[in-house]
Amino acid sequence: MLKFLFTVIRRDVLLAARRRGDWLTAQFFFVMVVSMFPLGVGPEPTMLRTIGPGVVWVAALLASLLSLGRLFADDYRDGTLEQMLLCPYPNTLLALGKAIAHWIINGIPLLLIAPVLGIQFNLPPEALLILVLSLAIGTPILSLLGSIGAALTLGLRGGGVLVTLLILPLYVPALIFGAGAVEGVISGTGAEAHLSLLGAFLMMSLLLAPWVSAMALKVSVE
Amino acid sequence: MNLYYYASPSTFYPLAGKLIPWFAALALALTVAGLYISFFVAPTDFQQGEGYRIIFIHVPAAWMSMFIYVVMAFWSAIGLAWNTRLSFVMARALAPTGAMFTFVALWTGAFWGKPMWGAWWVWDARLTSELILFFLYVGVMALQAAIDDPRRSDRAGALLNLVGVINVPIIYFSVKWWNTLHQGSSVSLTRAPSMAHIMLWGMLIMALAAWMYAIAVALVRARSLILERERQTDWVGALLEAKS
Repeated sequence: MLKFLFTVIRRDVLLAARRRGDWLTAQFFFVMVVSMFPLGVGPEPTMLRTIGPGVVWVAALLASLLSLGRLFADDYRDGTLEQMLLCPYPNTLLALGKAIAHWIINGIPLLLIAPVLGIQFNLPPEALLILVLSLAIGTPILSLLGSIGAALTLGLRGGGVLVTLLILPLYVPALIFGAGAVEGVISGTGAEAHLSLLGAFLMMSLLLAPWVSAMALKVSVE
Repeated sequence: MNLYYYASPSTFYPLAGKLIPWFAALALALTVAGLYISFFVAPTDFQQGEGYRIIFIHVPAAWMSMFIYVVMAFWSAIGLAWNTRLSFVMARALAPTGAMFTFVALWTGAFWGKPMWGAWWVWDARLTSELILFFLYVGVMALQAAIDDPRRSDRAGALLNLVGVINVPIIYFSVKWWNTLHQGSSVSLTRAPSMAHIMLWGMLIMALAAWMYAIAVALVRARSLILERERQTDWVGALLEAKS
């Protein structure tokens, strides 16, 4: 069982490593969206510090959505996905493995880039730490919930925009708690409560999302 | 009489046809009574003046917006569990009405907020979650509309619906979770309501009217959906022959 999970993860990560162009697009998208905000709202340091956590988080949501289109689509097109669903292991594991692979490919790089972007927004060092921590807890949620949307919109016309419509509302709690944690540090109220709620949300998504997304895959493929 | 008898589209279709006039008439009568109480019987509010009368539309619409989403999730769950065609039809028929009520709740809320809070919109927890509820409705309808195959479309919509239903309790408890600008609930089951009885009556009657309206409209929509999906069957053919 675990071997199957690791095989799924390893395969996706390997595929991404061999096609770096695809993979880097979402990361640069993240950097560029964040960098547009100071140009739009002005370089006032105090204001940048106030909007910084939210901007980084919203950009992370969008970057995660952008890369969702490829989560199942390539495997669906060449028939691999159907074969994977037919193999004797639970489909939930397949969905979980895919989501984890998505997080490794797209979530972890976001964590590493985020502090640099935080410095651009004049965030203090302790806020940078919490920003990385909140993204570390939050980005797996984005991958897990996103896998539901990717599975539901598999092979549809205009699936990319549609998945945004379906999944963004579901991301709201992660955004509120994630950005709230960083703002809590800046304003001095502390980040613990937000991070705990974010962790609870991660546990709930970890429990339910692979299961729903496996069902969605079956609905979309049959 | 077996209740499951009406789970088949061919038997539900005439039943719905018979029920629609009743629900429509009830909705009309209750609306007239409710509006009469709201505008002529209920006294002017001591603090809020005449503007408070918006709640007679706003509160029933907000209640219905959440209630319909839960009912949709209920039918979705039944449909996914037992693979019944009619459940999916009901879930799909309810979605536009629910979205309409959500929109009305948001819009009237803005009209109420302007004189009371001095702002059309504030980023308060309850307003925000109602807005997200609206997005969820739009998402479900967009997904259903994007898939041509009715079987897949139903199931995908139902799954999304079940995922989204987690949001409805968040709306309800958000007032307690985040302590914000939106006033706490004035109606509660555990204590006496903090508003005049006649106002409460007006609101409850309007809520019933909205409920009856939702049922009537959903049944009309369900009937057309059934006709569209069962157009290849014999009973729809016989129906069309009888009509022409």
